[in-house]
Amino acid sequence: MENMPNTVGDTYGQGEIQVVAFRLGKEEYAVDILNVQEINRLLDITRVPRAARHIEGVVNLRGNIIPIINLHTRFNLQAAGDQEDKRIIVFQFDDIKTGIIVDEVSEVLSLNKNDIEETSNVYNSISADLIKGIARVDDRLFLLLDILKIFE
Amino acid sequence: MKMDMSQYLDVFLEESKEHLESLNQKLLELEKHSQDISVLNEIFRAAHTLKGMSSTMGFDDLADLTHHMENILSDLKEGMLEVNSQVVDVLFQCFDRIQLIIERIESNNSGAIDNSELIFLLENVKSGNGQFGVANEMAGNSPEANRDIRVDQILTDPNTFGFNDYDITVLKEAASKDFKIHYIKLGVDKNCLMKAVRAFMVFRALEEDSEIIKSIPPAQEIEEGKFEEYFEIFVVSGSERQELENRLNNISEIKVLAIQEMDISDIQPEKQTMSIEAAPEIKESSQDNTEPKKAHKVKQTVRVDIDRLDSLMNLVGELVMHKGRLEQIGASSKINELNETIEQIDRISTDLQSVVMKVRMVPVEQVFNRFPRMVRDLAKDLNKEVDFLMEGKETELDRTVIDEIGDPLVHLLRNSIDHAIESPQERLRAGKSQKGTVMLRARHEGNNVYIEVEDDGAGINVKRVLEKGIEKGIITAKEAEQMNQDDAIGLLFTSGFSTAQNVTDVSGRGVGLDVVKTKIESLSGEIFVDSRPGKGTRFRIKLPLTLAIIQALMISVRDEIYAIPLGSVDETTMIKNHDIKMVQNQEVIVLRGNVLPLFRLSSLLEIPGEIEREDEMYVVVVRKAERQIGLVVDTLIGQQEIVIKALGKILAGIPGIAGAIVAGDGHVRLIIDIATLF
Repeated sequence: MENMPNTVGDTYGQGEIQVVAFRLGKEEYAVDILNVQEINRLLDITRVPRAARHIEGVVNLRGNIIPIINLHTRFNLQAAGDQEDKRIIVFQFDDIKTGIIVDEVSEVLSLNKNDIEETSNVYNSISADLIKGIARVDDRLFLLLDILKIFE
Repeated sequence: MKMDMSQYLDVFLEESKEHLESLNQKLLELEKHSQDISVLNEIFRAAHTLKGMSSTMGFDDLADLTHHMENILSDLKEGMLEVNSQVVDVLFQCFDRIQLIIERIESNNSGAIDNSELIFLLENVKSGNGQFGVANEMAGNSPEANRDIRVDQILTDPNTFGFNDYDITVLKEAASKDFKIHYIKLGVDKNCLMKAVRAFMVFRALEEDSEIIKSIPPAQEIEEGKFEEYFEIFVVSGSERQELENRLNNISEIKVLAIQEMDISDIQPEKQTMSIEAAPEIKESSQDNTEPKKAHKVKQTVRVDIDRLDSLMNLVGELVMHKGRLEQIGASSKINELNETIEQIDRISTDLQSVVMKVRMVPVEQVFNRFPRMVRDLAKDLNKEVDFLMEGKETELDRTVIDEIGDPLVHLLRNSIDHAIESPQERLRAGKSQKGTVMLRARHEGNNVYIEVEDDGAGINVKRVLEKGIEKGIITAKEAEQMNQDDAIGLLFTSGFSTAQNVTDVSGRGVGLDVVKTKIESLSGEIFVDSRPGKGTRFRIKLPLTLAIIQALMISVRDEIYAIPLGSVDETTMIKNHDIKMVQNQEVIVLRGNVLPLFRLSSLLEIPGEIEREDEMYVVVVRKAERQIGLVVDTLIGQQEIVIKALGKILAGIPGIAGAIVAGDGHVRLIIDIATLF
């Protein structure tokens, strides 16, 4: 586990959020760390017939069966990078536990809320309501995903 | 100091619900048997316990309401009030309110509810029936008279004291030896702290020359102090009545409320009176009929968090899975010692599994118990007369199934009462009894449980169903012509179908039988309908005993492996390519004279890979709603015990997929759901 500041609550209050940044194709994305349960290496995925196209399949995570969503298919992106770098990020919401496949997990970041721009039509390859905003850190741009919306 | 009660809240809610259930049941019984003191006693006990619990927990609104209920109930018990429909209605209203309050507590909705109007109603009932009460109280001025009235009250209901043949023999023998039989009702001071001690002293005082034949509550409970403000005993004694009374009154905090000498001829064994009493009205399961109607026996139980049961089940599941893996290793390694041990493990884990399974089984009673009230209310609202009968309440089902089965049954019952059962006038015109009958049956058969909802109503009007189908655009007029009765009835289960002429509050709100069907199928069950015009309709639901661990046939198609529940597999067979015939663009095979449609699993499940035409192929013959279908697969891997896991919310409801398992090698395999595959 990466070292996390033990003042998450405080910084949150001051308008900062912690995110997990990852790569899909050539683009960088980020999700709120509060919903991330764990990050795993690629597991054996069993295809689920008749499921939606962006459902890659299901995996066995320590006896629990978890659906895996392929955001490349969902967002029409080309997969990139080494197979070795691919990870599954597992999210836990109230009654939903789901993973997504990413090409690489880069880091855990603190984002200042002021640095997050609202998106309306900034980005058009992904339907805009799945994006909470765009964050700019140094020269890099992160698309902040509303991950729960993707699962619905 | 305020104690933190939150940790007791779960227990409180759990227990309240149990008491509510028993209240509901007993109130319905009370309506039928207004004279039955034992029913009143049970209601009183439930209300009293609720009062105690709620005031301990600080839910004053609830405590206050139950307190007032208790007042009425005690008047009813004492015979100062008469049980009539008005009283029962008010009690039902109170019941509803208690339920509401408890639901609010459960959903964390704080803030007391104002029950004053109900309390007013209760008070009204209490004084409204006052003449009777007043008369009684006046008679009560003379203690002697008062006692006799009360004694009579008890004696009119011999059920209260369940004398068996043995007791009667003892009584007779005592009578022949000039012993006297006394009925004594003993009161204990309200503020008495050690009721058990007082009761013990009573027993001591009696034992020198008397024997207690029967008591209410049972002697054990009296000794433990488990009674309200009084208890009743039958004693055989060498002493006279006055002497006994004096002796007992000398015990502090104990008061003789009534004492009466009995004649042996007044006392009847319980069985005889039961057969007269029970036969006409109670038409529950046959078992209930033969069993004397006694106060509910309390079994020793332990409350366990359901999550713990689930994780226990999961662990057993894993164990069973690894046992399977061990068996494979054992079979290939051929070491005797190893195989013997594996056999032992097999036996133990099978036992363990069946025990865990049993722990998870719950009688359908839990679900059924709320129906009589619902049916009663519904029939009243719709001005219909309905006899509601239940059978097989003791049938057990897995908890997961029980939780889900309630809604579909509610729907079917409402359907029967609203649509099927005709109004009393119509029934008379059709030459039927004025009262309709709705029957709810549960029974166990092999690895399945059948639940049936049957009515003697109008039956399904096939013509109207077809008209409606055309009207709704579900079928064309031409299709309708070709449909037979079964097909037409099948239309009822298509979505967006409801034959109710008028939209009522009860059904016909756009939620149709299709929802019921979907739900049943999601439980791996099936639903069948028989209907005879003018005679009635029967819905039959077939459910698996458990959804947790089942036997499955593992098969593979190309690179994928699937499990087919053995419950839907009739047989497996091998066919040759030239056995396949084409009928109306559909592949079929003839198996022992039966023509079965043939489907290829690879195309049904869009399994990627090359289409290979082999000369021989394996066919799994499955059964879907009484119809046989052949499924072409590549290889049959074998039979295996599987632990079903849900796919979760995101993947729920994929047709043809019932769930998943984790196989011995750690891979996830999917379970095929035959009912929704095609």
